[in-house]
Amino acid sequence: MSMRTPLSRVRGLGSAHEGTGHFWKQRLTAVANIPLTLGLVWFVICALGSSHAQFVASVGNPLVAALLILLIVSGAVHMKLGMQVIIEDYVHGEGAKLAAIMGNIFFCVTAGLIGVLAVLKLSFGG
Amino acid sequence: MAEISQAESGADKRPLSPHLQIYKPSITMTMSIVHRITGAGLYFGTLILVWWLASAASGPAAFDFAQSLLGSFLGRLVLFGYTWALFHHMIGGIRHFIWDTGAMLDKHTASKLGWASLAGSVALTLLTWIIGYAVMG
Repeated sequence: MSMRTPLSRVRGLGSAHEGTGHFWKQRLTAVANIPLTLGLVWFVICALGSSHAQFVASVGNPLVAALLILLIVSGAVHMKLGMQVIIEDYVHGEGAKLAAIMGNIFFCVTAGLIGVLAVLKLSFGG
Repeated sequence: MAEISQAESGADKRPLSPHLQIYKPSITMTMSIVHRITGAGLYFGTLILVWWLASAASGPAAFDFAQSLLGSFLGRLVLFGYTWALFHHMIGGIRHFIWDTGAMLDKHTASKLGWASLAGSVALTLLTWIIGYAVMG
């Protein structure tokens, strides 16, 4: 006999209430990161030795700015998911694990936000 | 409720299942470990990208400083490692996508795939840097 409520069984999200959410988001951002990262590599090569004015002009192209922001957001989510798995594998104390998982989220959100704000400022003319 | 210590319960005397040191390293195992290490490296490597973009947003002086630091010998060395970690993690991810479909999971194919991902990441890294130096002139 199952102790779970009918609603819980229908939702199928399990005890963590997340279902396959982690796996799905990890794969989704991984797929997105492939073309976005290749775009970044190309962008960096083009930016080699460029002056500040040239750099601002290139990020002023909406396509470049959009791809950079997409990469930063997708990358930050992917980073958060990946580091969480590493923490869950190696940090066993409940307190330390909770602190590490929180710190991981703070790190990814902060790094991502700084990156997005920098690109937005550059895209609007430096 | 009094907690039972590991020694009292005898938990520390229980036999362990075979651990990392027991196994002879295989290419699939090594690539799995390297996938995680490159992932963690890229996690902190993101700070370089964010710092670079933030420096450009801060103005010409900060950007020129960042460009000169990244262009120094040490900067290039770090970026070379960053490039390899990026490609290795990317190819490792593609390998996981292949495995997600259930394909290429048998022992010998998986080993070949491991070697191929290592070769691929090195080749793509070198190609990127050759193009980079060619563009710089």
